[in-house]
Amino acid sequence: MEPLKIADKVFTSRLFTGTGKFASNQLMEDAILASESQLVTVALKRVDLESKEDDILAHLKAPHITLLPNTSGVRTAKEAVFVAQLAREALGTNWLKLEIHPDPKYLLPDPIETLRATEELAKLGFVVLPYIQADPVLCKHLEDAGAATVMPLGAPIGTNKGLVTRDLLEIIIEQSRVPVIVDAGIGAPSHAAAALEMGAAAVLVNTAIAVSPNPVEMGRAFKLAVEAGRMAFEAKLAKQYRHAQASSPLTAFLD
Amino acid sequence: MTFYDIIQTYDWDDVKQSIMDKSKNDAIDAINNPRRTVDDFMALIAPAATPLLEDIAIEANRLTLERFGNTIQLYIPLYVSNYCTNFCVYCGFNHDNDIHRKMLTLDEVKAETRVISDWGFKHLLLVSGEAPAVTTVDYYEQVIRAVRNNFSQIAIEVQPLDTADYARLHEAGLSFVCVYQETYNEKQYPLYHPKGRKANYRYRLETPDRACSAGVQKMGIGALLGLEDWRTDAFFTALHLKYLEKNYWQSKFSISLPRLRPHAGAFMPKDPINDRQMVQLICAYRLLDQQAEISISTRESREFRDHVMHLGATSMSAGSSTEPGGYVVPHKELEQFAINDNRTPQEMVEAIKAQGYEPVWKDWDTWM
Repeated sequence: MEPLKIADKVFTSRLFTGTGKFASNQLMEDAILASESQLVTVALKRVDLESKEDDILAHLKAPHITLLPNTSGVRTAKEAVFVAQLAREALGTNWLKLEIHPDPKYLLPDPIETLRATEELAKLGFVVLPYIQADPVLCKHLEDAGAATVMPLGAPIGTNKGLVTRDLLEIIIEQSRVPVIVDAGIGAPSHAAAALEMGAAAVLVNTAIAVSPNPVEMGRAFKLAVEAGRMAFEAKLAKQYRHAQASSPLTAFLD
Repeated sequence: MTFYDIIQTYDWDDVKQSIMDKSKNDAIDAINNPRRTVDDFMALIAPAATPLLEDIAIEANRLTLERFGNTIQLYIPLYVSNYCTNFCVYCGFNHDNDIHRKMLTLDEVKAETRVISDWGFKHLLLVSGEAPAVTTVDYYEQVIRAVRNNFSQIAIEVQPLDTADYARLHEAGLSFVCVYQETYNEKQYPLYHPKGRKANYRYRLETPDRACSAGVQKMGIGALLGLEDWRTDAFFTALHLKYLEKNYWQSKFSISLPRLRPHAGAFMPKDPINDRQMVQLICAYRLLDQQAEISISTRESREFRDHVMHLGATSMSAGSSTEPGGYVVPHKELEQFAINDNRTPQEMVEAIKAQGYEPVWKDWDTWM
């Protein structure tokens, strides 16, 4: 399968994972290792940047894992830029999952502030992966602003409802110059496989793994589903027809 | 229009009657409604819903796991002063009570927070009686500035303040304000708060409006369960929550459920709420509102707290002392109320893990 390149990094896994909601940090580590994910996002508000022995980071030390700090909790572009700089200094990475959701209820991303922050952070040399609505026009603006990827949501975060925004995701994938990563709402391996079949470059999964009664097995299930989905995309799906193919074609008399 | 105007359109006794009139079928409909309303909430806390408690609990567990995962946040209260000019008839800090009064100096605050930090706490709740001539806004600002580098979230549970004061404390590092209405029953409220600034029902009721307008990111509300009919107070708390979520869409909300228990020599609650009813109420809040934090303090027993982790609770205090200076040198005679769950923070961490949850010390930051 074709590896995925984002900025200067190449990923052989197209499954990105989150670190919240696990019953223990050990279980989080075990599930992430089982998923073979190579890009793992961690909320800066959960990490003690001043402590050398932060327990979450201590469980993400595997050499194949790239840390993707996220700005969950910020409400404006200004706050996001500030936090990004803190993270870059403390964690030594310029990669950033930009999440600006001023609405604490559905945690829906703010398109205006996200675009502003992307413009500024890209200028400051960050590799910006913005979490956004499945809005095709916004995605084009973000590309122009210097986003490394776009991360449209499949459904409101944490809902496990799958690709509710499918029609819009298809347009985004069709038009995009940067990798499209479906983030949020993916609740089952079949949803992930479907996203990859459609041509999404990757998916980001957290709740569906963390809240499963068996996160390690679920991590593995997502790995397999993502591989199957990508393989199917590369192999090209057989065409679907709206009707049966007649054995005596209607136009055969013209031959 | 504030919540005060909205609450005027309700009659306490009518609401109470509506809750009592809810049927088991209403409760079943409420459990099955994916977009629950405050009317559904009435059915969920009604006596008619009690046979359905297990079904309600299963749904509460599901919603909480989906939203918060397998985690419980930890915080600790720091009582900075027990001076109080109020006369709340149920409270140990009541002005008439002949207890030793103490307000921590900044050095004492720092000594207390050193102990607290060593235990691992990152979320701090500053608590004080209401004595505006003693514990002034200046004092709170100094305390917040003195401790803000050691904590990622600073909350206050002190007297209600004006909008400008909240804005000032927010600027200093405050992000979370708790002010409980005690009872939403305006007619009965003066009975429990006969004198002092707290006698002003409306000023207290509109506190969340002022705090949220000032930019405070999180607001804690609740009623003191047992003072008045607990179901009716819970309904108005739910109504208040929905009002606040609509009007302050960028703020987070937290619900507390302090309850009065009947015991000898103390203030006798009019409508005590038992464990089964408390569980019903916690679950009903969760069914109404998936994202509200639900905080269960050390007033509750260890056994109760261990079980409600699975039913909607998301935030718990641990190792609490309710007396100013109590972490460095305990003096029991200064405390506001006796705590029930006296496990140490480390014991609480082990208890949370034993329930299959991750104890979360930090889920906030000073830049938020």
